[in-house]
Amino acid sequence: MLASRIIAQLKEIVGKGQVSTEKADLICYSYDATQQKFLPDVVVHPQTSEQISRIMRLANTEKVPVFPRGAGSGFTGGSLPTKGGIVLTTERMDEILEIDEENLVAVVQPGVVTEQFQQAVEKVGLFYPPDPASLKFSTLGGNVAECAGGPRCVKYGVTKDYILGLEVVTPLGDIITTGGPTMKGVVGYDLTKLLCGSEGTLGIITKIVIKLLPLPEAKKTMLVLFDSIDGAARAVSAIVRNKIIPATLEFMDGRTLDCVKQATGLQVPDTARAVLIIEVDGDREFLDKQARKIADIIQPLGVVETRIAETPEESEALWQIRRSVSASLRKVNPDKYNEDICVPRSKVPEMIRKIDEISDRYGIPIVNFGHAGDGNIHVNIMIDKKIPGEQEKAEKAIKEVFEGTLALGGTMSGEHGIGIAKAPYIPLEITPETAAYMKTLKKALDPNNILNPGKIFLD
Amino acid sequence: MSKLKNLEDYREEINQCVKCGACRAHCPVFGAEKHEGRVARGKVALARAVLDNEIGLEAKVLEDLSQCLLCGSCCAQCPNKVPTEEIVAAARRRIAEEKGLSSFGKGVAAVLGRPKLMDLLAKTGGAFSPLLFKKVPENSGLRLRFPAPYITADRTLPPVVTKPFRERVPEVIEGQPGMPTVAFFTGCGINYMYPAIGEAFLKVLKFLGVTVIIPKDQACCGLPAVSAGATETVEELAALNLAALTRRPVDYVVTACASCNVGIGKIYADLGDDYRALAAKTMDIFVFLVKHGLPEKLAALPKAANRTKVTYHDPCHLRTRGITQEPRQILKALPQVEFVEMVGAGTCCGLGGTYSVHHYDISKRIGAKKAANIAACGAELVATDCPGCIMQLQDSINHAGGKAQAVHLLELLVAALPE
Repeated sequence: MLASRIIAQLKEIVGKGQVSTEKADLICYSYDATQQKFLPDVVVHPQTSEQISRIMRLANTEKVPVFPRGAGSGFTGGSLPTKGGIVLTTERMDEILEIDEENLVAVVQPGVVTEQFQQAVEKVGLFYPPDPASLKFSTLGGNVAECAGGPRCVKYGVTKDYILGLEVVTPLGDIITTGGPTMKGVVGYDLTKLLCGSEGTLGIITKIVIKLLPLPEAKKTMLVLFDSIDGAARAVSAIVRNKIIPATLEFMDGRTLDCVKQATGLQVPDTARAVLIIEVDGDREFLDKQARKIADIIQPLGVVETRIAETPEESEALWQIRRSVSASLRKVNPDKYNEDICVPRSKVPEMIRKIDEISDRYGIPIVNFGHAGDGNIHVNIMIDKKIPGEQEKAEKAIKEVFEGTLALGGTMSGEHGIGIAKAPYIPLEITPETAAYMKTLKKALDPNNILNPGKIFLD
Repeated sequence: MSKLKNLEDYREEINQCVKCGACRAHCPVFGAEKHEGRVARGKVALARAVLDNEIGLEAKVLEDLSQCLLCGSCCAQCPNKVPTEEIVAAARRRIAEEKGLSSFGKGVAAVLGRPKLMDLLAKTGGAFSPLLFKKVPENSGLRLRFPAPYITADRTLPPVVTKPFRERVPEVIEGQPGMPTVAFFTGCGINYMYPAIGEAFLKVLKFLGVTVIIPKDQACCGLPAVSAGATETVEELAALNLAALTRRPVDYVVTACASCNVGIGKIYADLGDDYRALAAKTMDIFVFLVKHGLPEKLAALPKAANRTKVTYHDPCHLRTRGITQEPRQILKALPQVEFVEMVGAGTCCGLGGTYSVHHYDISKRIGAKKAANIAACGAELVATDCPGCIMQLQDSINHAGGKAQAVHLLELLVAALPE
């Protein structure tokens, strides 16, 4: 319970209707996609940077933690109010402020939903590539805070590659701007990059300046079935070696394919043990040629079958297979740990073999799919938490997966972030010196540890 | 003890919500309100908290649970197919049990449960206005301010329908031998507000030679009672309709109202095998017409020189049941129509039946988006398959100062048929 004077001041700052201490509202802002639950003391819906600035000053005076929140769709608990306090949601700051067609730059508020932004810029022939699976509902503020990825990143890069500048409210309540609408800019430290992926611990993003690209004229999708994951992985390397970077290069391993077959009745030959979904984009006349070239390059690598979509509807049907994965997995077991390791792309088959070995040893199903093109593997450890001992086994397996990842030169998280879910494992990847450097930054910027405390690093 | 599932029966489904947030992209109310309590994920979390006794049925919980159109858009897109509209309906039944029906719910139960009373109200000049719409502001489009003349017909709709549709037509209209026999479930919208849709329905089926039975004693499908949590009324209406629609053997029970299609085609399913058999026979009019070869017959007609630009609005209660192609097939085949697809054809119009009575302001905001999309596609007419949607679409267009008119697709169809 917060003192009533704090609630009164919050109401004074943002207006009565934008502050709630009702139990029902606290419940509705207590969770994210990790399914963990922490009740805040108050939920606040600010609408301007100035309001957020005043909230941060108040929070520092009163020593109340503040937990910024976009759509609450993260997988690692970045927005969870783990210590009560204030949930500060930017979901009502949802305006696209500018789309500058001359400079290919847009300015948005943090609560704009990613897909709605993409549709708005595509209407004028422009393109914002980052495409996290949550793009229909996650917000750009959340995408920047977590540095979201997605299938198209193999060709186009991740969220931070499109952020030119930010307006940010600091943990102490100052309003600062970083970067700006120019393509170049080296004045001072690159705070924009620092804040991208800072998981709401270093500042609250209130405005985002985004770089846009011209919208590719067309795309072409193909689905290729392989007789082994090795074949699929070698296909990825072969495509890249031939100087082709497809817009997406998604894979599913044999176990994922089994789940999808079982859940959706998808008809594929039994010899298929891995799938690649390859999409190329660009000028229309050039796509057929490129798709054929890819088909020729990968043909000797154990291809069981190739399906090339000729129409947008056929393309959609191929993507539907990929999108059906998550729901299909639940048929295996009710609970899952969803990790998103990333290894150098040539190491994907070795990593999959390692994961299969861990899965067999612990006797728990682990299915893998994800972004083969950039080595970002979604490792899904499927358990039933109701069975005693399963959770402990899963946690041990996760640790081994992370150790295996790091041994191959990889990283624990490609795009989901650390939050609270992976915080215990951070020492596996980051040396004490590097961690100390990061913590020094946090401490200097947030001396009272007010903003999203307990995230990334365990307290 | 009711056979309708109670909230506890939905615990398994409630636990299936993995809090991913996908419903935020599809809930019309959330789109207008931007508050987690308004979206399926929040409502499911609240339902679970109620089941776990973490929270009681306090005012804020009731308010959030009232903020659901029961459109089913969230469930249709949910990766785990969590049936939020059913969970919310069950929660409302629990609220009614514990707290009694709201005064509005009592009004719904009193009127809907007694078809004769409804007829009487209709004849005395306002089927819905005095009881059901008393909370609606004076200047609201819902106060039986019917849309202006339909351009496909030569007549205007009377402002108030004093003679319900079912009293205007015989109970049985014989078709040709060898053709199917169908029962026409008219629903209240057609019976009391838009009898022209019912007349168009009969003309189209006569053209095909189908025998149509229009049982006089059919009642409301019960969806408004589901929405209000009026369990007993739902069961009474279900029993009335089962008796009325199965008295004579029919091949199909056909609806021309999306919500009624869900009403008799889905919500009675928990009440027993007879009801499930009724649900299995229930078919939307355009699914029926496509099945019986109407698009081919229409394709043979000569195309008109000056065609009218028409777009189609998907009623939630058909879209979420996978019925999106059949109405478009018919519309595209009409000789006087140039079909244009609008952006967001599949998003809710914002009516949600009685939702708009309680939350007209939000309903209007949802409708405004629709009106903008209709204007943007340049259509002169927006056709749909639900009287409720027609009322809301026209109201939204009028508010936006648009020129388009909302019509039932049957009205366009009947205008295209040879005399």
